Amino acid sequence: MSDALLTLRGVETRIGRYHILHGVDFAARRGRVTMLLGRNGAGKTTTLRTVMGLWRASAGTIEFDGRRIETLGTPDIARLGIAYVPETMGIFSQLTVRENLLLATGRDGLTEERLDRLFALFPALKERFAVPAGVLSGGQKQMLAIGRAIVEPRRLLVVDEPTKGLAPAVIQQLIDAFQRLKQSETTILLVEQNFHMAASVGDDVAVMDDGRIIHTGAMADLVADEALQHRLLGLSLALHQ
Amino acid sequence: MKRDWAPHAVLPALILIALPAMGATNWLVLTVAGLAMGAMLFLMAAGLTLIFGLMDVLNFAHGAFITLGAYVAVSVAAPLIGWSGAESWGLNLAVFALAIAVAAAVSGAVGWGFERVIVRGVYGAPLRQILVTMGGLIVAQQLFIALWGADAIPLLKPKMFSGSIELGGAAIEKYRLLALALGLAVFAALHLVLSRTRVGLLVRAGVENREMVEALGYRIRRLFIGVFVVGTALAGIGGVTWAFYQELVTAQIGGDMTILVFIILIIGGLGSVGGSLVGAMLVGLTANYVGFLAPTVSLGSNILLMVLILLWRPRGLFPVAH
Amino acid sequence: MRLEALLLSGDAPRSRVLSALLAAIVLLLALAPFVFPGTRSLAVAERICIFIVLAASYDVLLGYTGVVSFAHTMFFGMGAYGVGIALTRLGPGWGAVLIGALGGMALAVAVAVVIGLLSLRVRAIFFSMITLAVASFALILATSLRDWTGGEDGLTFSVPYALTPGFKIGAYNGHLVAYYLIFVVAALLFLFLLRVVNSPMGRVLQAIRENEFRAEALGLRTLRYRTLAGAIAAAVASVAGALLALQLRYVGPDATLSFGIMVDILLMVVIGGMGTLYGAILGSAIMVMAQYYLQPAMGALSGAVAGVPVLPALFHPDRWLLWLGLLFILIVYFFPAGIVGRLRALR
Repeated sequence: MSDALLTLRGVETRIGRYHILHGVDFAARRGRVTMLLGRNGAGKTTTLRTVMGLWRASAGTIEFDGRRIETLGTPDIARLGIAYVPETMGIFSQLTVRENLLLATGRDGLTEERLDRLFALFPALKERFAVPAGVLSGGQKQMLAIGRAIVEPRRLLVVDEPTKGLAPAVIQQLIDAFQRLKQSETTILLVEQNFHMAASVGDDVAVMDDGRIIHTGAMADLVADEALQHRLLGLSLALHQ
Repeated sequence: MKRDWAPHAVLPALILIALPAMGATNWLVLTVAGLAMGAMLFLMAAGLTLIFGLMDVLNFAHGAFITLGAYVAVSVAAPLIGWSGAESWGLNLAVFALAIAVAAAVSGAVGWGFERVIVRGVYGAPLRQILVTMGGLIVAQQLFIALWGADAIPLLKPKMFSGSIELGGAAIEKYRLLALALGLAVFAALHLVLSRTRVGLLVRAGVENREMVEALGYRIRRLFIGVFVVGTALAGIGGVTWAFYQELVTAQIGGDMTILVFIILIIGGLGSVGGSLVGAMLVGLTANYVGFLAPTVSLGSNILLMVLILLWRPRGLFPVAH
Repeated sequence: MRLEALLLSGDAPRSRVLSALLAAIVLLLALAPFVFPGTRSLAVAERICIFIVLAASYDVLLGYTGVVSFAHTMFFGMGAYGVGIALTRLGPGWGAVLIGALGGMALAVAVAVVIGLLSLRVRAIFFSMITLAVASFALILATSLRDWTGGEDGLTFSVPYALTPGFKIGAYNGHLVAYYLIFVVAALLFLFLLRVVNSPMGRVLQAIRENEFRAEALGLRTLRYRTLAGAIAAAVASVAGALLALQLRYVGPDATLSFGIMVDILLMVVIGGMGTLYGAILGSAIMVMAQYYLQPAMGALSGAVAGVPVLPALFHPDRWLLWLGLLFILIVYFFPAGIVGRLRALR
């Protein structure tokens, strides 16, 4: 399983008295984009938060590159090279775009080279470099959130519903950005409701329901099999635009 | 999202509205008095707004650190009474500066201990936090009496700073100008640190979204301790300035300010240093203006101010924290 | 067990030591005029009774609803001033007492409802801060409205004839009547509160206190119950205040609205045991006893360490609050259920 960069085995998470994850098993393979799909309330965000250590798993193991991380604190998990883009984007509105990015860089800082690569992916950020992030549009904020996650090379990107609430044109920009990211062989774990995005970008897929994984496999296979889509997700994915 | 300019206008508006309500001379005296009181209140409140904004800790014992600063000033000034009484700017300033330095150090050190022993165990548990820090306040007030005695202790302003100077036909107290200068200097320093340094960047980000800062790899717990210590040190400095102003130190001197500090936090917006400056100035000016115009209402006037501002801006004038 | 279900609403002490302690306290209080003759001891016993009720009403807020309010003494003051003002203006009659008490209660309930509605809109910490400001405002009002409240000096007045020494029953006088009025009303109020917290509503409150997620899901019901609980707590506190006015024949800001009283009942409830109601009985007895018996003990200790630098000051009898405060902190940290919880755990 050295093929897998991130592996979850039997992960259970409780929040207060609620048992949300009932034994999650799946893996994200190196250099590939793994989609995590499922209905609302299936536990996708909880899974990502548990991986990041924001919520503690009550049972099971999480392995990152052969190393157990389920007991580590969030900062230590992030330091292993995992970047997180939450559903709420986590943008610091009072800080400028530049300052947001600065927080994501270590000692090397924001080099010209890194900025150029970033602006190539997200040109909108260049014009608004000195503007407080709170003033940006929804799409631009999402770009900043993703940009922050990639401004320094990371081993794993964990992204939660990047296209949520965005206009189709902006979604297309994000899809293009992710496809370019794929070329650099970054491993990505992506939660997404938008089928078009999932199909365009995903290599592997894991489907969740009720705190458990009910299907894993290749994205292409799932896309081709409408009956399977219907069975797993209640409706055809094509309706989720 | 448009930039919101209205809250910035409140302070100038208050100052301008007050002018026709009283003669120009009175207005000048009271405005300086109000701003100076605001500066001292700012010192007391700034630390707490950062502590609360960053860590969600409301230290009900914050007033104890103000009192600690006041008592330290007493202990520092006592042996230096000669310097304090001398007709020398240098010696006078030296006493003042020394009192401030020692108070900051002592308050900061005690704050460090307080965070370790009392606060650390109750992060994220609001009920127990309130109870425990309130308990800390009760114990602290008793300790002050045990260590410095139950009687009120006089503390005179250094010679050159007592009395007034003439400015535009009005008699302006010299000490008030000193307090104002100090408050503004501290604000400038805080602002610089927050906007120009990496630590400041982390604090500003952490006040907005602690979780995300951790997800970026920063061990924000270590930052907490630093902010807590700075916050209590600032309270201690505030205590020194207030003690010299009141010229009488009791074990309740800091606790009595607790409500005003809370009002400032609420008005200014939690987590905003600039907000606490504006809030403090508003409170100071209100106390002085109303104290002159309608003395009977003056004690409750700040509470009314808080209610009015909350009705307009429920999260305060410059909210930052989540 | 019939008695337990009927009288104590099914909420028994659940610990032999605790039952013994409580029985002893209640018995001593019931027989106080005969066991501890003398006006001073009687005054102490009356104060314990009044504070048991006040602390118990605060426990409903703190221990059962999970709300930390620093404005509770305000309701105490409303009841006290209600009776005080009525007796001052309407003369020493029972009608005046009733009007004053009911007036104070009405005001207390009204304010409690407003505060209760506020508490659900703001975060817990914010709320506590605001209650601090409200309490301070109440104090300011009481000292400013001199014409009504007598300002800083307060009001001194006469109480109904039956409560005065002039009224004779055999070898005893009105003081006996006064004592038993206070004792019986206090006992009834305490049992009433016991019934409230063991009612279906009370159980919902306890569930809310333990699990906030569920509380949010309950939504409107939460709001109603919490406001109702707050109103009941305020009403009971105001009656305690009315009793205080009758006992002291005086009301004033220091006696009824001071932050010192707030601190006292906070300590009583937490040290005795939050969320148990019996904790209020233990806590009240302990606090009042501490003021009278701990102090001489500390004085002796202070004398014993006279030579040492700081210690004598720490053990000075006036510093009893320091040690109680430390006990308070320890209890919040290590024994959140207070003495009652500890005794129940021992079983």
